Amino acid sequence: MDGKRAILDAVRRHAPPVAPLGDVAGEWIRYSDPRQQFATILESVGGRCQVVRQVDEVGRELANLPAYQEAKAICSWVPGVEGNVDLAAIADPHELATIDFAILPGQFAVAENGAVWVTDESLPHRVIYFISQHLALVVPARTVLNNLHEAYERLSFARPGFGAFISGPSKTADIEQSLVIGAHGARSLTVFLIDEA
Amino acid sequence: MPHAPSAASFVANQERAHWHDQALWFVRAKRDKMAHALPEWEALRETAAQIKAHTVSRLADYLEQFATQAERLGAHVHWARNAAEHNQIVLDLLQGHHVRRVVKSKSMLTEECHLNPFLERHGIEVVDTDLGEWIVQLRGEPPSHIVLPAIHIKKEEVGQLFHERLATQAGVSEPKYLAEAARRKLRECFLAADAGITGVNFAIAETGGFVVCTNEGNADLGVSLPKLHIACMGIEKLIPRAKDLGVFLRLLARSATGQPVTTYSSHFHGPRPGCELHIVLVDNGRSELLGSTEFRRSLNCIRCGACMNTCPVYRRSGGHSYSATIPGPIGSILAPARDAATHYSLPHACSLCGSCSDVCPVKIDLHHQLLTWRRELAVRRLLPWHKRLAMRAASFVLSRRWLYEIFGKLARSVGPRLPRWLVYNRLNAWGRQRELPVFPRNSFRELYNVPRNERASHANPSAAEANGR
Repeated sequence: MDGKRAILDAVRRHAPPVAPLGDVAGEWIRYSDPRQQFATILESVGGRCQVVRQVDEVGRELANLPAYQEAKAICSWVPGVEGNVDLAAIADPHELATIDFAILPGQFAVAENGAVWVTDESLPHRVIYFISQHLALVVPARTVLNNLHEAYERLSFARPGFGAFISGPSKTADIEQSLVIGAHGARSLTVFLIDEA
Repeated sequence: MPHAPSAASFVANQERAHWHDQALWFVRAKRDKMAHALPEWEALRETAAQIKAHTVSRLADYLEQFATQAERLGAHVHWARNAAEHNQIVLDLLQGHHVRRVVKSKSMLTEECHLNPFLERHGIEVVDTDLGEWIVQLRGEPPSHIVLPAIHIKKEEVGQLFHERLATQAGVSEPKYLAEAARRKLRECFLAADAGITGVNFAIAETGGFVVCTNEGNADLGVSLPKLHIACMGIEKLIPRAKDLGVFLRLLARSATGQPVTTYSSHFHGPRPGCELHIVLVDNGRSELLGSTEFRRSLNCIRCGACMNTCPVYRRSGGHSYSATIPGPIGSILAPARDAATHYSLPHACSLCGSCSDVCPVKIDLHHQLLTWRRELAVRRLLPWHKRLAMRAASFVLSRRWLYEIFGKLARSVGPRLPRWLVYNRLNAWGRQRELPVFPRNSFRELYNVPRNERASHANPSAAEANGR
């Protein structure tokens, strides 16, 4: 406890005069077609965006993806999309290491950076976003926001929980700045924007 | 060792130094493209700088608020005055949970505290899971860049390293193949780990949560499997409100690697159900730095590395030449603040071009602080004797006009006639990689006093040629 006291005392002793804190309001960028912008940026970071009318079309579209065709263990947490592994029945997240393809819900999307906000609310194991070999996120199309500021206006962190912006598949450029998709997390990311959701 | 001699071996390999320079300039160019694509870029930088200035002015309040909120969410908060306390806290937590294997994502703070060797001495296996960090860990080196830890290593060297350590095919250095081999090996480490350690990019006072940014997803994999997550952060990582993240996350990846945002920007609020989350708040000299009017602003740093990517000295001398945890312009301010006698040479590893200040997303006046450090080092008598002597001689001459004029005349008349060995010898460090410019026939003052229309005939041809280059 004296560590805390000592640090706070030292910080108070050395603090400069109080500087004002402004609002983060500003003329932040907006797009005439946020959905198109989102799709463009997502593709530029190695992901894919696909607009479908209803959630029940997702399964049909997935069937066209080679990664999905090859997948043996598939889990879905999106109502209306089928998988063959029941996430709720798994007790230890380590068991998810064998998952080839996961179809998971995204809350909303951000046009300026191709990111989708995901959370572990009501999801048994948040590691599924990161451990699955391939990932598809299903997001209502009407929720594509212009920029991150709009995103934080929507978010509240009052309760314990986990949330993340995911923008594209996992990647690294640590070997000579050569971009390699599929570092530790998903090797591919497909975002389905649902028109009528 | 001072910067110049420790850069000598890097500079000696011209082809490699050029390659390093180009690799970083490529990242700098990507950053420019991103910055120019946002009309509000300058407004974002200004807002970020204001938020940081405000935060440090009320840092103690925000630290208390953060700790209260984090504990309310179920996290445990620890306070470490220095590196030794930090390492001990982490070790106690790991031992208390009978942890033998730890996976760690990138954290410059744990580098600063030398956590890995400390834990290894106590029998705990630590694996750095960021690919670049893992490569330097396997080589037994520190990172040479804070965002691109293995930027100094060629793919052939990674291929050889992986061949020896992971039994990849000999002579194969294709990045995709090597990254895949690392993925397989590190997946085993993730699945076998008893605990995950991460750094913190931003901690939110208002909510008690924190954000960790990666492109590989290694932080998330590392802390979402085991039951223990330890997050280590410097006390300057705080921001007041969640909405401030809108500003900082927009700046961070664009400035760092020229991406619109990192692939994963993970927000942790409290532990996973049935698991433990421990946050270690570390001072280690930061509160001291806060008290310095000149250098306080260096606490604004969000560790994007943009100042390194743009720095002509960093690009040509490599990160290891700084012999400091954080290299480059920001490191050359932070390192002497920690230990001026050891790092006295770093503020001189700078051409004062100011490019670092131009790209800094939180508007730290880096080159001004570097210049201020040079004065401070002179005041503290930390410069080597030959530099002190040279400065004293220069000040003696420059403060006496008649003496300056005599020396000027002497240099212009005798200089060009001197034999080469007398100018370019061991004593002239400046001339080792450079040629002196051509001496003009007349001094500036002499030229200035000649009426304008007669000036052309006075300027000597070789000088005009030199100026026109």
